[in-house]
Amino acid sequence: MTDSLTGGGSTGGSLVGRNLLAGAEDDPAGDAGHTGHPPRVGFFTDTSVCIGCKACEVACKEWNAIPEDGLDLTGMSYDNSQGLGASTWRHVAFIEQSKPLGHAHADVDHSGTDVLALAAEIPTGSAAAQPHAAGAPDAPGPPEADGRTELRWLMSSDVCKHCTHAACLDVCPTGSLFRTEFGTVVVQEDICNGCGYCVPACPYGVIEQRPHDGRAFKCTMCYDRLGAGQEPACAKACPTDSIQFGPLDELRERAEARVTQLREAGVSDARLYGHDPDDGVGGDGAFFLLLDDPEVYGLPPDPVVTTRDLPDMWRHAGAAALALLGGLAAVFAAHGRSTATTRRFRR
Amino acid sequence: MSGDADAHRGQGEDVRHNGHRPYGEIYEDPARLRRDGSISDVTKDGVRGERPGRAALVGGHDLTGGRGERGAAGSGGRHRGGRAGRKRRKGEQPMVPEAEFTSYYGRPVLNQPAWKAQNIAGYFFLGGLAGAGSVLAAGAELTGRPVMARALKVSSAASIAGSAAALIHDLGRPGRFVNMLRVFKPTSPMSVGSWLLAAYGPAAGTAGLCAASGRLPRLGRTASVGAALLGPAVAAYTAVLASDTAVPAWHDGYRELPFVFVGSAAAAASGAALLASPLAENGPARTAALAGTALENAAVKTMERRLGLVAEVYREGGGGRWMRAAEALSAAGAAGAALLAGRSRVAAGVSGAALLAASACTRLGVFQAGMASSKDPKYTVVPQRERLRAREREQQQSRAGARHGASDGEEARD
Ligand code: SF4
Repeated sequence: MTDSLTGGGSTGGSLVGRNLLAGAEDDPAGDAGHTGHPPRVGFFTDTSVCIGCKACEVACKEWNAIPEDGLDLTGMSYDNSQGLGASTWRHVAFIEQSKPLGHAHADVDHSGTDVLALAAEIPTGSAAAQPHAAGAPDAPGPPEADGRTELRWLMSSDVCKHCTHAACLDVCPTGSLFRTEFGTVVVQEDICNGCGYCVPACPYGVIEQRPHDGRAFKCTMCYDRLGAGQEPACAKACPTDSIQFGPLDELRERAEARVTQLREAGVSDARLYGHDPDDGVGGDGAFFLLLDDPEVYGLPPDPVVTTRDLPDMWRHAGAAALALLGGLAAVFAAHGRSTATTRRFRR
Repeated sequence: MSGDADAHRGQGEDVRHNGHRPYGEIYEDPARLRRDGSISDVTKDGVRGERPGRAALVGGHDLTGGRGERGAAGSGGRHRGGRAGRKRRKGEQPMVPEAEFTSYYGRPVLNQPAWKAQNIAGYFFLGGLAGAGSVLAAGAELTGRPVMARALKVSSAASIAGSAAALIHDLGRPGRFVNMLRVFKPTSPMSVGSWLLAAYGPAAGTAGLCAASGRLPRLGRTASVGAALLGPAVAAYTAVLASDTAVPAWHDGYRELPFVFVGSAAAAASGAALLASPLAENGPARTAALAGTALENAAVKTMERRLGLVAEVYREGGGGRWMRAAEALSAAGAAGAALLAGRSRVAAGVSGAALLAASACTRLGVFQAGMASSKDPKYTVVPQRERLRAREREQQQSRAGARHGASDGEEARD
């Protein structure tokens, strides 16, 4: 084992040196052994235009034939699928906040505003616009919800990040999880033996074992559709193009432009998440434009691929193993040969 | 597609006979819509058919004529931990003063493994007992302590069989266990461990069988030396198995956890030796019990200090209960081993049993602490936030330092 430890340690070291365990990496598919592979593809989820329609959740379930996994009413705003898991590969988060969004303020008193009159000012070319129809004096005011009228809604469709350095893939003992030619991370269901190691390894809480099936499941970025030149089902179904699919470097450019646009418009909270190839997982294949801190959406603020520290872990375990061997040897050396022995084992 | 539909209509019937109308009658032709610019499509080559202004400038326009400014200051900013951002179910009481953090309805950031406590903690415990037991057995054999040697070889063989059984039993698809040996992956501690078990298991088994039957002594001796060399790795690698995850209580303790595990393994194996050996032979086991317990407890303390906030899970809740039980049992067992086990066979047996129980409690404690730390978003979010803030501070300082250096340079030039 000391052999395999130093072996593990030293190969581990060189793996990190070549950025195979952590750090920026240009070509995950190539490093996984694919030659002549297509460009790395990914998702850019622009949450600023998400309307929370859950078309992505539904399209994903339908296309991938994912079974039903509970019909709970959670009371968490409009979110009843709660989080990513074995049978939820797209999950739309709903966050209710009383907080301004750029120039838009939710807690503005509009009771004095006559919307119909405002509408009438807009030249429509239609004779039906009747200014006098506005402002019926005894119309009831808007409903009051015990003062809780201030609200902004953040919606975001979460998905497997298809990490550049995917912990789930690194720790899988069977080779069931693999890197595809598109640079994505996919589970081979005919190989998975349900050891469940990938589940606590994922820093985003994505992959999970399906109860009663035992195997681990997660988003495949519609590997079958990609192979046929189609975009993934969720991106296809998204009516606002909040989910955008494409070659990763292009998506990163597009995202950069979009976040600059929003910031210039005054939305200072807008930020990208998972786009940076120098972050703890080497950048995500699926990254996001968020309007608040990542943890507000249930995302880890600074995720790190656990295998970054693996060479160091093997070194510490090697030291501990040697301490056990050496320590017990020392104990026996200190006690010497037993004097009470009746049988000698010397040959 | 619409061509198809037209063809069906041309034939005057819907050839599908399934009660549905042909595609073109329900939906518009997507190809035509795309041509008209009525719908957009995200393709590998970017967005096609995108209408200008499609991506709304959410929050980009002040529609309130400046009346909204109060909201900017008055809205109170984000929801903090324990308030709306972290909804607590009715009747749930906070255990500690809560660290300030935000989460998504208090939901965990991580997914919890479906591992069963008795399987995985049992696997850790039995693997440690077997691994350290093989080392003790070889030492006993080489120093003329045959009863202890034989007992430990048998216990190691039995424990490693139990350990493998626990592991297989915990698989979602136990029938596919052999897939573990499909590849060898140094990045997967579970793969390394499977190969290690594949080498150690037969060695320990052979040593145990030969010792129990008294046959083939030479084979038995070779096997027990092999098992003794592999044993420490079997006892230590399970710590890497736990640490190589995103679970805060395991990952962040990766430097100390191997020492906790080998200390606990040494204590357990010494316990088994104390239970099984005569007074005349148990001297080394008594010393090893003391050393193992001391190492384990020192490593736990160091780990808790390093973990900071996350150390809570080793002190409170289920994890804390098991860890406290382990501490009490190991203290009692070690004291008994040191003071009484040299004189009384009964005291030796009781101390041995206490040490075995202590080791099992440690493994259960570590397991439960890990599960608790992965369930509460606090332990994921707060340390990561602190890390981010520290990094930002560092960057600011280095930027300030660079500015300072630059102005110094200018002064020097002046
Ligand atoms: S997000 Fe999790 S499941 Fe997806 S690739 Fe990364 S580690 Fe694997």
